[in-house]
Amino acid sequence: MSSIEVQQLEKSFSSDAQALFAGLSFTLDSDECLCLLGPSGCGKTTLLRLLMGLEQPSSGTIHVNPALSAKMSYVFQEPRLVPWRTCLENVLLPLELTAENNPAARDRAVELLQKIGLGDRLAHFPDQLSGGMQMRVALARALITQPKIILLDEPFAALDERTRFHMQDLLLELKARLQLQYIFVTHSISEAVYLSDRILLLDNTGAARDIRSLPFKERNQPLKLTPAFNDIVKEYSSLFSDMEDSMKKSNAAQSKQ
Amino acid sequence: MITTIRLWIADKLPAWIFLAGLLSIWQLIVAQKWVASYLLPSPLQIFDTTLEMWPDIFAATLSTAQSILWGLGLSLIIGVSSALIFFSIPLARRAVLPFCIFFQTVPIIAIAPLLVIWFGYGQPTVNASAFIVSLFPILANTLTGLQETDPQLKELFRLYKPSRWQLVFKLQIPSAIPYIITGIKISAGLAVVGAIVGEFIAGGGLGSLIDAARTQQRVDLVFSGVFMSSALALSLVYTINLMTGLLFRNRPYLRKQ
Repeated sequence: MSSIEVQQLEKSFSSDAQALFAGLSFTLDSDECLCLLGPSGCGKTTLLRLLMGLEQPSSGTIHVNPALSAKMSYVFQEPRLVPWRTCLENVLLPLELTAENNPAARDRAVELLQKIGLGDRLAHFPDQLSGGMQMRVALARALITQPKIILLDEPFAALDERTRFHMQDLLLELKARLQLQYIFVTHSISEAVYLSDRILLLDNTGAARDIRSLPFKERNQPLKLTPAFNDIVKEYSSLFSDMEDSMKKSNAAQSKQ
Repeated sequence: MITTIRLWIADKLPAWIFLAGLLSIWQLIVAQKWVASYLLPSPLQIFDTTLEMWPDIFAATLSTAQSILWGLGLSLIIGVSSALIFFSIPLARRAVLPFCIFFQTVPIIAIAPLLVIWFGYGQPTVNASAFIVSLFPILANTLTGLQETDPQLKELFRLYKPSRWQLVFKLQIPSAIPYIITGIKISAGLAVVGAIVGEFIAGGGLGSLIDAARTQQRVDLVFSGVFMSSALALSLVYTINLMTGLLFRNRPYLRKQ
């Protein structure tokens, strides 16, 4: 079963600017976790926002499986916590707005916050939390609606390494336990390899390289130390830097013209 | 506790010492007859007059305070609700707001005689005068606060498809609260001016007391009236601080200016 089908996608923000994605097409199966990777400015965040429906494509279509479209959740690049609400109230916000807030939901929110290590900060306000803690609250807020697909825009970039690993494993655990499907944007090649079944390597010429079937069945932090893992990271890193070089060249050529 | 007291003393002591110095010099100037006491009565003389005339002064202060509270209260209700209307109906804002600004630019002293014609002598005119001058800052601040709602938070709310009312009550009004508080504080000072000006023309309260004392060449009583009106303004601002502090004691963000 496919969960998302993208066809001939293009997006331009102004009539004279070059369109992003140049007719990108791909189909995502419902058991695939996808990572969007690419140099700055290649449109990773825009693609994620298009998938969520926060932006509309200039041409082409995005079709989300109707069974899943109401069960999508989004984590922005910034925590975007409501400053006058406590940690717990921030997590409960989506349920309040959809009128599903009840004592059971509150218990679930508390449990979620405990799970991400903020069980003792329920009544704290966002400005009393560090950037990393705020990001974790944002993640909990996205999970409280029990989504089937969660879209994350560089969610772990602001976290310290240990917390980042912990959150990565939490995502893997949710994927295994709840069949949660995630699509995420990252700058970290090792994070991309560790978390995803499939990587979409984007560049600004619109060519997206689709890298499938990463060979790891079991994923845990020690995996990152194995030669097999590091070989793949190296391979993708060189792909990535080739892409960046060609981008720079084409940019330079464009600016000469 | 002791440190708090020490900090408080360190913070406030210079102002008290300065005040004591000023009053001593003033007392000295008058006692030495460098300035005639019918032009500038000494602080002690003003104090004596205040004590002696206390029942009258107190009644006048009470009446002025009542008018201020009427005017300010009405401004708060009408200002906030019309800001909400202007915010939700842009056409109404474009049609009516320019005239509100015009109203604001006409000096109250010029309108006051009209008010006497409409409302007659006495408190209704004074209330109206306090209301007119204090309306605009509350309205304008509330409108700004509503318009300055963080677009990122608005986008976050949009993810959960809120109703119009949810957006207003859970996002826009809380965002505007710090602005409304600032508006009330500005308006409080203006309401005192409006009430006293109203009383000059329509009679009653401290305005009339000051005016009557002037015609009787009772400069000491004029000073008493002036001091009482500034004490009134100060205690009003202090009360507003106290009340907003109490109201939002659990929401530090909302009382941040």
